[in-house]
Amino acid sequence: MKALIQVENLRKHFGEVVALDGISFSVDEGELFGFLGPNGAGKTTTIKILTGIARADSGKVMVAGFDCMKDPKSHQHLIGIVPDESNLYPELSGFDNLCFCGALYGMAGYQRKARAAELVEAFGLGEIAHRKFGTYSKGMKRRVTIAAALMHHPGILFLDEPTSGIDVASARKIRQLIADLHRGGVTIFLTTHYIEEAERLCERIAFIVEGKIVRIDSIKNLIESTGETKALLVSVDAATCDLIRGLQREFSEFRFTWVGDGKIRVEYQDEISIAALVNFMESQGAEVTEARRVLPSLEDVFVKVTGLDKDLMQKDDAKQ
Amino acid sequence: MSKRWIAFANIIAKDVRAYYLKPPNISWGLIFPLAWAGMFLIRTGRGFEDVYSILGGAVGIAILFGTTSMLAVIITFERRTRSFERLLLAPIPIWLLILSKITGAVMFGVAGAFVPIVLASFVSDLSGINWLALAAGIFLTAVASGLIGLIIAISVREVFEAQTISNLFRFPMVFLCGLFFPLEVLPLPLRVVSYGLPLTYGIDILQGAIRGTSLMPIGFDLLIITLFCMGLLVAALKTANSKLII
Repeated sequence: MKALIQVENLRKHFGEVVALDGISFSVDEGELFGFLGPNGAGKTTTIKILTGIARADSGKVMVAGFDCMKDPKSHQHLIGIVPDESNLYPELSGFDNLCFCGALYGMAGYQRKARAAELVEAFGLGEIAHRKFGTYSKGMKRRVTIAAALMHHPGILFLDEPTSGIDVASARKIRQLIADLHRGGVTIFLTTHYIEEAERLCERIAFIVEGKIVRIDSIKNLIESTGETKALLVSVDAATCDLIRGLQREFSEFRFTWVGDGKIRVEYQDEISIAALVNFMESQGAEVTEARRVLPSLEDVFVKVTGLDKDLMQKDDAKQ
Repeated sequence: MSKRWIAFANIIAKDVRAYYLKPPNISWGLIFPLAWAGMFLIRTGRGFEDVYSILGGAVGIAILFGTTSMLAVIITFERRTRSFERLLLAPIPIWLLILSKITGAVMFGVAGAFVPIVLASFVSDLSGINWLALAAGIFLTAVASGLIGLIIAISVREVFEAQTISNLFRFPMVFLCGLFFPLEVLPLPLRVVSYGLPLTYGIDILQGAIRGTSLMPIGFDLLIITLFCMGLLVAALKTANSKLII
């Protein structure tokens, strides 16, 4: 897969404050890449450099083959940007804002009107499209801002905290939009401090803390790399002490625990044959109604990798 | 039209629609030149027959305040609401962005300049005016004032800062550029300062075009104010490059 974004040893400081301390990563074509970290970690500074509105002190930044260190604006025709706060014009309607954004990318009048109408339809903005942007709710503003970023059909989309500070229903709609865009082949660079959002949407994630990337990997690898014991939760109609003792004798390499409510937790290190377990239980007269794997969450991984308090991200949420 | 020029034209159209055509700004563009023209008339005490002597000054004041005020407000407002970031994210070079902002302000300044001229046409015969020199004077004064306003607006973060700093430049210019006092009556140190101000040359062109007499030859005034505009443009581009993409 071709890397569309390549960053090497990127550094940026504001006075005495080190915002980025030599970060390196790459994003492949068509990938949904997450940049996860608490507020002040350097996420927005990174996105500003990648989108050409901030200059790095040193390092290498290539976006779609353009050297952004030489010319920060060289690649802007290929990218769409959704900033952390909506930056459209409150005096213009949503539709006019979309048309204006199209004009900034050199689209002709008839092209931008057609594209704006298409996005109004796709984003379900019909009723409000001709109202002034300043009168919209936060969730609606964010949707129009995403639509504005897509006016010129960009191949790469930068989303900076797209769901922060908006209601649950709007956030769900926006996550769905992001997933749809990704399925449509758009390369997405997403910054967020919502761990669940990153886990749900992204293919690979970089954890950034105090200007340093502490880990980059796929979600699967991140979770598996914690080395924590894997677990299976088995629901049976009648779990008895005899059944658990029998299981422990038959499968001595596993650990069985009665967790109540007809559920048995099975902990294992490497692989487990669910069929063998189920067959054994049914041979003992128990009916298995459900068996599912219990994986450590990305939140557990984040805490383990960064050494940060789990509550730090939740405090960031509360601030929004 | 190339893609860049589509963006350029639409930034101007958006500024005109979102800012310049708003009632408070139209009234500012009308009332301010009117108030200054009235004040000058009262000061001379000779009524409408003295319109010729005050028209150049009224036009100059209307341009200076119209362009610098509007740019200071628009740019600092857009930077505060982050909508200016939308322009920086667009694939247009900084110089074109600056040019689009300046063009809107120059258009507003030029329109404001014609308010006292149109009013004067009702009470006085303006057939003696050198219209070509007047148009050149209005345009170059608007460009120079607009660029000063732009440099100030980019250098600060708040609207009130922009207005305060603009006044630090505007009022000394008003008093030292020959509007109130002829340059020849100023003490030598102030006269030296006067010759360092672009408005001095702009006002001299306007007064020469309207009254037929100027302190310096109009051609010389045009050359100097053009050089001022070029210098201010270079300074504005340098400031924009260092302040807008940090």
